[in-house]
Amino acid sequence: MAGKLTFQDLILTLQNFWASKGCLILQPYDNEMGAGTFHPATTLRALGPRPWNAAFVQPSRRPSDGRYGENPNRLQHYYQYQVILKPAPSDVQAMYLESLKAIGLDPALHDIRFVEDDWESPTLGAAGLGWEVWCDGMEITQFTYFQQVGGIECDPVSAEITYGLERLAMYVQNVEFVYDLAFNDKVRYGEVFHQNEQEFSAFNFEKADTDILFQHFKDAEKQCRELLVGEKLLPLPAYDQCIKASHAFNLLQARGVISVTERAAYIGRVRALAQACCEAWLKTDMGAYKPRFA
Amino acid sequence: MPDLLLELFSEEIPARMQSGAAKDLERLVVGALTDRGLLFEGIKAFAGPRRLTLAVSGLPAKQGDVREELKGPKVDAPPAAIDGFLKKTGLSKDQLKVEATPKGDVYIAVIARKGRETAQVLAEILPDAIAKLPWPKSMRWLPGDPVRWVRPLHSIIATFDGEVVPFAFAGVKSGNATLGHRFLSKGAITVRRFDDYEAALKKAHVILDAEQRKAIIFEGVKGAAFVHGLEMIPDEGLLAEVAGLVEYPVILVGVIEDQFMDVPAEILQTSMRTHQKYFSLRDPKSGKLANRFALVANMIAEDGGKQIVAGNERVLRARLSDAKFFWDEDRKHTLESRVEALKGIVFHAKLGNQYERVERIAKLAGEIAAKIGADPKKAERAARLAKADLTTGVVGEFPELQGVMGYYYALHDKEDADVAVAVRDHYRPIGPKDEVPGQAVTMSVALADKFDQLVSFFAIGEKPTGSGDPYALRRAALGFIRIVLGYNCRLSLVRLVHRANFFRAESEAGAVGPLPVVDLLWFFGDRLKVALKESGTRHDLIDAVFSLDNEDDLVRLVNRVIALQGFLKTDDGANLLAGYKRAANILKAEEKKDGKAYTSEVAETLLTAPPEKSLSAALAQAKAGIAPALESEDFAAAMRQMAGLRGPVDAFFEGVKVNDENPKLRENRLNLLASLRAALHQVADFSRIEG
Repeated sequence: MAGKLTFQDLILTLQNFWASKGCLILQPYDNEMGAGTFHPATTLRALGPRPWNAAFVQPSRRPSDGRYGENPNRLQHYYQYQVILKPAPSDVQAMYLESLKAIGLDPALHDIRFVEDDWESPTLGAAGLGWEVWCDGMEITQFTYFQQVGGIECDPVSAEITYGLERLAMYVQNVEFVYDLAFNDKVRYGEVFHQNEQEFSAFNFEKADTDILFQHFKDAEKQCRELLVGEKLLPLPAYDQCIKASHAFNLLQARGVISVTERAAYIGRVRALAQACCEAWLKTDMGAYKPRFA
Repeated sequence: MPDLLLELFSEEIPARMQSGAAKDLERLVVGALTDRGLLFEGIKAFAGPRRLTLAVSGLPAKQGDVREELKGPKVDAPPAAIDGFLKKTGLSKDQLKVEATPKGDVYIAVIARKGRETAQVLAEILPDAIAKLPWPKSMRWLPGDPVRWVRPLHSIIATFDGEVVPFAFAGVKSGNATLGHRFLSKGAITVRRFDDYEAALKKAHVILDAEQRKAIIFEGVKGAAFVHGLEMIPDEGLLAEVAGLVEYPVILVGVIEDQFMDVPAEILQTSMRTHQKYFSLRDPKSGKLANRFALVANMIAEDGGKQIVAGNERVLRARLSDAKFFWDEDRKHTLESRVEALKGIVFHAKLGNQYERVERIAKLAGEIAAKIGADPKKAERAARLAKADLTTGVVGEFPELQGVMGYYYALHDKEDADVAVAVRDHYRPIGPKDEVPGQAVTMSVALADKFDQLVSFFAIGEKPTGSGDPYALRRAALGFIRIVLGYNCRLSLVRLVHRANFFRAESEAGAVGPLPVVDLLWFFGDRLKVALKESGTRHDLIDAVFSLDNEDDLVRLVNRVIALQGFLKTDDGANLLAGYKRAANILKAEEKKDGKAYTSEVAETLLTAPPEKSLSAALAQAKAGIAPALESEDFAAAMRQMAGLRGPVDAFFEGVKVNDENPKLRENRLNLLASLRAALHQVADFSRIEG
């Protein structure tokens, strides 16, 4: 392997790589979310006719995946590297393979495979076809051609590439315990995030106040709806509320206060918000790609 | 004769769809060629991760000429109709023939079509066939174009007799070039026909034929195992799947760390198979799972595969650490202590939770055990524990290990060995090829489990339909039948239905719908026909016996059917059946005419003709003989009794007129026939017998 990249080198390398491919290098969205797909730069920008190429790191929160810092690779907070290419270039697979080379995974030495895995997000009303990419039997990337977002057909179709950064770094650095990752030359991942995982696991599973969360959910839902009626549509702030509702739901799930039947109903409510935001977005100048902004 | 080569080269096609796609492509092209009168000598279809290929050999260079006559409107038809016909045929009025028909003179268009060049025809039918491929799931990828395919299509080879057949699909123009292996080959490959295509691909590290890839993998894994003194554990499904994940199979062997080797082999094997697609190996002497696995890479790596193996071992380590963690955690709680948690697992929204279900099964299993010679206490115990492993971590991770894990945990808890085995095997037989469990405690639980399932779903109206059986009720009924017949379990179906229904009603809050008992019994009847089809047992005879009010013991029923089938093959049997039909037809007609059923006793004093006297005597004798024979289940004797009726029945119809002028004699004779019908119906409902 061409030198072992530190965690931050890995990010920097991917940033440079995708910048060189013409992607906007965006910054993480400042709301808690379960995956990079929730970033409006993916969800909303995947809709409508306007071309869009962007890449960014997105901290992803999955409250139920907390393990109090004791599991070798499960985290309730981790990083995704997200690339969205719209329309999907015809050589997008080749571009992706090139990015692997850039981070030291030489296809001549590894067994890299595209294995069927169609992606679906019931909360976003989104679905696509694609693969999980295997490197020597390990899933390192999710690769998806979006077909639908917010219940709306995508045209043109975007390609979404999502690298799980910790997992990828563990592979590149040959590390078995995520907290042993070299963040840079001197600092381990554990020094940065171990206490974070411990505290947030306790919060997610034990301390998060469910009454407050239920109220948050309701408030966000209400606010979201209010922003999508009347003369002036505000889909961007409305979508923020949709993300907030989604995260409140994830926390409630982790607290174990949502039954199986309620679960489906909550997912449906978030999906309805996402759908309404997406529909409103397409009525705005940016979403509809009106010529004066072209 | 010229050949066609077609290759569709795309991004990775899901393994599970490949062979179906090859077959569909072949079917579509064959259909289109035949429709256009293009016959061929041979056709082969291939599929792999990145390409579908079709090779058609021995096509003609052009179609034959076709002459066709089209009948048009009558000569005196309105001008609009005649104009329409001219437009349709592309002819002018003076080119039409006139032909006299019984309805008057009509126009006839004679259309002579010259056969077209095959290449031209192919240029039309190939894009159409490609578009029509019915993928289980397809996608759009071209902006503004609704065209769908399984994944983005990159290139098309279409050559006929070595020359490109020009057409386009999804923005891709056909040509004569393709690519080889994604990493082991560089640059385009140009081809003219199938032979150089296949050879060029092989050089470019692509094995075209999935069967060949399978063979390479099979032999490769076997060989690699042999090197380590091991053997491959055969796995057809995995072999087919893996052959769809690689263009150039390379077999490598990795090691399972010692720390995992005391985890049950089933867990290791399942984890390796489902998550990683590895082949498990075993020691040929002990049959035990070996600490090595075979993986199939798609790559000849520059370092001989060292990094690939190391990487896969690492992934496996993480996987097995998870599995081992669950295995260790699970054993901290007994199965018994988990039963309570079944209350939290919904069985079906209308049917309550798994805890309630287990209670029902336990009661039923106890009753069944008492009937089939198993220890009812053990059966009840096994049934109570049977589903407890659903709450364990390992089964949460690998649902297919339900039962197996229960067995290990039961042994760990020092449960009785019979109980542990019953926990493991009560789901069996799982498919038509799966063996029937033979141990009595297991059978009791397996039968109760399946029976409760059937009764429960029938009660909420979830019967299987022609197209769907989402709760696998057919399989459950068939499994029940196979166990009962396989081990001679003497059970009354009706009683079981009522007991199961009673436990169901008892266990649930709220109203439960009435159980359609008759439907359920006939469902068993239908499944029984399926189960016995292979042995050549006649379905109408099963109906005939099954429809008797008093026959609901499947073992006895089948013996009865077999005896009956044997009897009907004899001369006596065939003739008696004919006599029965005649008697039944007469009765049916006369009973309808008279508006009453003939069921009265035969009056001896009114028997005048000798044949009716002897038939009456024979019937009395047969009736007296059949009942005890049936009682003692000596069906051969019952058949012998029936055989004795054949002569008198024949003689009766020969020498006696049923519809005598004397109404008293007539009525008595009809009663005599009714008595014959009743005698035979003791054995089976003969009216349901065909032929």
